[in-house]
Amino acid sequence: MVLVFAETQKGKLKKAAFEAVTYGYRTAQALGSECVALVIGAAEDAGQLGKYGASKVYQVEDPALEKFDSQTYTRAIAGAAKELDAKVLVLSHSTTGKSLLGRLAARLDAGSVPGVNAVPTTDGGFKVRKPVFSGKAIAEMEIKTDVKVLSLMGNAIQPEVVGDNVGVEALSVPVEAGRITVKDVERVEGTVPLPEAELVVSAGRGMKGPENWGIIEELAEVLGATTACSRPVADTGWRPHHEHVGQTGIAIRPNLYIAAGISGAIQHLAGVNNSKTIVVINKDPDAPFFKAADYGVVGDLFEVVPRLTEALKKFKAEN
Amino acid sequence: MKLLVCVSKTPDTTTKIKFTSDNSELDTNGVQYIMNPYDEWYALVRALELKEAQGGSVTILNVGPAENDTVIRKGLAIGADEAVRINADPQSSLNVAKQIAEYAKGEGFDIVFFGKETIDYNGSEVSAMVAELLDMPFISYASHMEMDGNNATIKRDIEGGVETLSVDTPFVISAAKGLAEQRIPNMRGIMMAKRKPLKVVPAATFDDPVATVSYELPPEKGQVKLIDPENMDELVRLLHEEAKVI
Repeated sequence: MVLVFAETQKGKLKKAAFEAVTYGYRTAQALGSECVALVIGAAEDAGQLGKYGASKVYQVEDPALEKFDSQTYTRAIAGAAKELDAKVLVLSHSTTGKSLLGRLAARLDAGSVPGVNAVPTTDGGFKVRKPVFSGKAIAEMEIKTDVKVLSLMGNAIQPEVVGDNVGVEALSVPVEAGRITVKDVERVEGTVPLPEAELVVSAGRGMKGPENWGIIEELAEVLGATTACSRPVADTGWRPHHEHVGQTGIAIRPNLYIAAGISGAIQHLAGVNNSKTIVVINKDPDAPFFKAADYGVVGDLFEVVPRLTEALKKFKAEN
Repeated sequence: MKLLVCVSKTPDTTTKIKFTSDNSELDTNGVQYIMNPYDEWYALVRALELKEAQGGSVTILNVGPAENDTVIRKGLAIGADEAVRINADPQSSLNVAKQIAEYAKGEGFDIVFFGKETIDYNGSEVSAMVAELLDMPFISYASHMEMDGNNATIKRDIEGGVETLSVDTPFVISAAKGLAEQRIPNMRGIMMAKRKPLKVVPAATFDDPVATVSYELPPEKGQVKLIDPENMDELVRLLHEEAKVI
């Protein structure tokens, strides 16, 4: 059986949960097995996971699981895996999933691969693929243990509807109180977090100063995109650190990455080169980023970006 | 406080990645190795700051062969008191984690530090595994930490936000950007590092549950399509009709 831990936020499933269940369903098909999902805490829409291939949805609720603690969550998920005799455990490669993957592998003495981006192949061993060297290469890895733990890279596969809603069943597993007290969670409201974003507009030193970011924010708003920036821009405090994408910032893989005034140093590319489509706007035709781009615009970003925003407004109005 | 900082050796961030002819391993020809930046810049430096403020000791630990000693010496030059190298060359994260836990379990460390991930495998696995093997709380992606006695208040990065939590020692923490500021070793530190103890510990025997079968480079991008900067309608059309991303 394939068990998918479906992440929720504020009592609702995250987009990553649907991706993980689609992945779990396809993995179960490859293994000739069944895919079930597990939610922890309240999730009003949990039954929807059936549509994406979960034959059952189990729910664990306990006051000790109200706030995230990798230790208590690991006990609950490992308990469910044992109870259900799951052989493959699928998590999302989120900050939550990444905090759990290693713990679960150690607790279940299982082989694990973090950040997989393709459904396993099963002829001649259980093999999965994952990006390594910060996206500069892909590794194929074989898991040799009976129980396997995987985390799925965000935006690697699109959720696919294959069935109908299913009922949600309460599951009882041993839970212990945690040793971490979560005091506060602050979220930037209103925008999609960078690791989950499908559309990203990013800018670099070519912007000349933080006061010029209005055109980038406007483009992002018209597009419905999340804003990002290069490392020098975050380091000089022009933009907040949580916007920094690249090797030492956040690694992202949106459908569309628009980079304005970023030259494309190898460390920046490492964090963004898994984006499906890359648009580079730069006045220097020799900027290395053009080599990694699908579409390039050689021109002054202070003219090109507002022009692109207008063109998008027109497109949105017509479509 | 007794502090342990686990460090990895990784190829330099500017390394052009290539593989041996059968694609089974990294072609190490011309590769420069460094201490994993998250381990060095944030984990190690925050541990040193804590020691400077409250006393105690900072031990750095690496699991690997003798050639890793250069990277370990750099950690001593930055200010760690002593180093331990577990003389093993494990092929999987769980094996590395078991080596670390085997060493750490009898030592009574108050805080075990890691970088949030290595820049080669980007897994974030080993820190969580060690926490589980030592039965300790685990705080990942920590970007700020204040100690008050044996209690820590920590901010950690989560998707689109920051979580603030409180935890008592002992615990395992993984360091993200912001936890400390990079320190460059000075000449005195480099000289002193030569006299600091670097203990080599024999490896325990554990299985590798995961093996890397092969590597490949991502497909090359085709030639960039240049768009007239005056004609952004054309770019929008291509993004819609050809790339199908809007």
